[in-house]
Amino acid sequence: MTKVLMYGWEFPPYISGGLGIACHDLTKALSEIGTKITFVLPTLQGKTDTNLHLELLSSSDHVIEETQQKTLSYEEFKERMDIIGIESTLRPYFTEKSYQEFIERLINKGAILEDHQNFYKLSLTGQYGPDLISEVFRYAYVAGKIAAKVEHEVIHTHDWLTFLAGVEAKRISGKPLICHVHALETDRSGINVNQQIYEIEKMGLHEADKIIAVSFLTKNNIVNYYGIDPNKIEVVHNAVSKHKSTQRTEYIKKTPDEKLVLFLGRITFQKGPDYFIEAAAKVLKEFPKARFVVAGSGDMMHRLIERTAELKIGRNIHFTGFLKRPEVEELFASSDLYVMSSVSEPFGISCLEAILFDVPVIISKQSGVSEVLSNALKVDFWDVDELANKILNVLTHPALSKELQAQSSEELKHIQWEKSATKVEDIYKKLVPAHSY
Amino acid sequence: MPSICFYFQVHQPKRLKRYTIFDINKSHFYEADDANSSIMRKVAYKCYLPTNQLMLELIKKHHGKFRISYSISGVAIDQMKKYSPETLESFKRLAETGCVEFICETYYHSLAFLYSKDEFKLQVEKQRQLIRDEFGQEPTTFRNTELIYNNEVAKAAEELGFDTILAEGADKILGWRSSNFVYQPVNCDHIKLLLKNYQLSDDIAFRFSNRGWAGYPLTACKFARWVHDLDGNAEAINFFMDYETFGEHQWEDTGIFKFLYALPDYIFKNPQFEFNTPSEVAKKYPVRDRLDVPYFVSWADTERDLTAWKGNFLQDDALEAIFKLRDSVYRTNDESLIDTWRALTTSDHFYYMCTKWFADGDVHKYFNPYESPYEAYINYQNVLKDFSQTVEKALEVQLV
Repeated sequence: MTKVLMYGWEFPPYISGGLGIACHDLTKALSEIGTKITFVLPTLQGKTDTNLHLELLSSSDHVIEETQQKTLSYEEFKERMDIIGIESTLRPYFTEKSYQEFIERLINKGAILEDHQNFYKLSLTGQYGPDLISEVFRYAYVAGKIAAKVEHEVIHTHDWLTFLAGVEAKRISGKPLICHVHALETDRSGINVNQQIYEIEKMGLHEADKIIAVSFLTKNNIVNYYGIDPNKIEVVHNAVSKHKSTQRTEYIKKTPDEKLVLFLGRITFQKGPDYFIEAAAKVLKEFPKARFVVAGSGDMMHRLIERTAELKIGRNIHFTGFLKRPEVEELFASSDLYVMSSVSEPFGISCLEAILFDVPVIISKQSGVSEVLSNALKVDFWDVDELANKILNVLTHPALSKELQAQSSEELKHIQWEKSATKVEDIYKKLVPAHSY
Repeated sequence: MPSICFYFQVHQPKRLKRYTIFDINKSHFYEADDANSSIMRKVAYKCYLPTNQLMLELIKKHHGKFRISYSISGVAIDQMKKYSPETLESFKRLAETGCVEFICETYYHSLAFLYSKDEFKLQVEKQRQLIRDEFGQEPTTFRNTELIYNNEVAKAAEELGFDTILAEGADKILGWRSSNFVYQPVNCDHIKLLLKNYQLSDDIAFRFSNRGWAGYPLTACKFARWVHDLDGNAEAINFFMDYETFGEHQWEDTGIFKFLYALPDYIFKNPQFEFNTPSEVAKKYPVRDRLDVPYFVSWADTERDLTAWKGNFLQDDALEAIFKLRDSVYRTNDESLIDTWRALTTSDHFYYMCTKWFADGDVHKYFNPYESPYEAYINYQNVLKDFSQTVEKALEVQLV
């Protein structure tokens, strides 16, 4: 089976969204069919799970030897990668503390030579802070160093944050590069695209030997907005797996005749929370016992709260802010309906999670998950009347809710990470010369 | 002397227009006029008119020896009158030949038998009158919607005065027996039962243009040979199918019309064979066995049961809701409201709500004007909500 050097930005428990969960579940399914994965993260804060299915490496802790002659210095690297001028306060961050232990671990695995002189490390936080772009560059630089030491046959990177890392790794090791697209800048920001991020994405996608898109929707966007040959792109849909025990405590207390409608996601343009609020107002006119929960945080939060006040529906709309995993599960468990009104949703794993909790779902037609899920109600994100029509019908007709639950749960049994992993492993095999097996 | 018995089903439902929760109390007209009109005209152009013309030629060519039968639902005839009168005219010309039998069913192509025997009888009587008025015939053969059948249906048809009833020749009711003989329902005294030969019927209706099928291409010569092979071991070979098979399900370029045109010639090459209508077949042959069918069978899907229309949460809820309204609707004494209610009992509305195989995308999707069974249910429930409010208001006015 293939030896894969994988670069990611999130991995449980270091996650803020769906990317980390997708990386975890995909790599777990891959390792179950025998794929050997070394997964590189910007940082590993604190302890990691020792029973992990793969090797986790932290870039922050990676030792960079200055004596390596053939490779570029960080400054040279930065210049070469400098497709967009970045103002950064980069400074290699030297720590004397705690790396001794890490080095020993790497030495034991033969990852680095035992030459301890003249080394330093670049510090990375793995956060989505204001210094993100420069972090991405530092990460890429370290990524190249790691690629020189860790044995691998394929390089696999997840989203733009790690695309430069992949490109650098490929330059160093010469192994084929896969860029896995979970979301694009064009999804996240609509027409207000961040040019730097877009350029990084474009560079990665052009340098990649193969691109994996999480949906046909995403594949089309890659072709249309990034000018990539469609034959270079394979679609591997995401799936869902049951995480631990499912909570059954109620997050929000409600009376038996009240119904709870859930929106979960970043409160940003991409996720279409404003359409959810407009629909809620229409629903409440016909069905005042409905309650709506907006779970998540983001740059549209204030505007949304203001709009809620303007519509005078604040009593029935609850903004929870960002929630941790157990709270999310409680919320799923207490919901009567899950609504994903995204403007552009490359996949949308959360709607599959809702189904795991026996919650019927309404999803935007502009979503990747719509390609694999038939037993859901589907709306155009902008069609607020139709969204309200469907919400009202689910809330007032138990038969509709029950049939959706029954059929979608059945369908979910066939949406498995095993299938996705098999497809990914097939892609690896096609990229790696046959004699390596 | 084996008989070949053709029965063709002609039906077009009155499809509902897109009706959201925000239309309730604002609009009380539920029919999708545009879609119904364009579908009727399209099917008339592709199927009804050319096939009727072809049938008329065959009847003339064979001097009355080519004989066929139709069941045309009342709601289809309503729509022919409205959108394609020439289609109804061409059926009348076929009736005038004396070689065509018109079979009775429920006017609204409904599931009334399953929920209200009284309603069932009223809808059958209405259809009987329609056949008298339009085609000048007194129907003696009955088929229930989608060949939904059991002992009880047979008994009800007998009590309504029919001499012949049609059903699916499903393996599960026949066992070792053959569909190619005349039967009698176990609980009936005189009504005779004709069963569909589903292998040969489906060769024409479903497999005709299937290139992956061993029988492809199906020529009239080949098909006649298969039919002739049954000689000596068959009396009534019943080909029951949707009339839309010709030109609509099997397009003209598949050669379906040429096949149909040539078929009688090849059948008559064995002089033992003749064509008869269901009532002729029932008169001609004795009952060979009595058949006990305690549970429902139909001609739908591979299951041949009721699950295409009934059994999931959506269907059962919608069916209960519509039939629960019946008493109130009749109390209004408003013909227009009663007609609207009855059109909502048409089986197609519930067929659209079928979630069986939905994820696999099959034949149900082809016939479904909705994007999903859930949309079908939502639209129907929205209509029903407005309709029940209209009925309530009508009853309140009565009280005043």
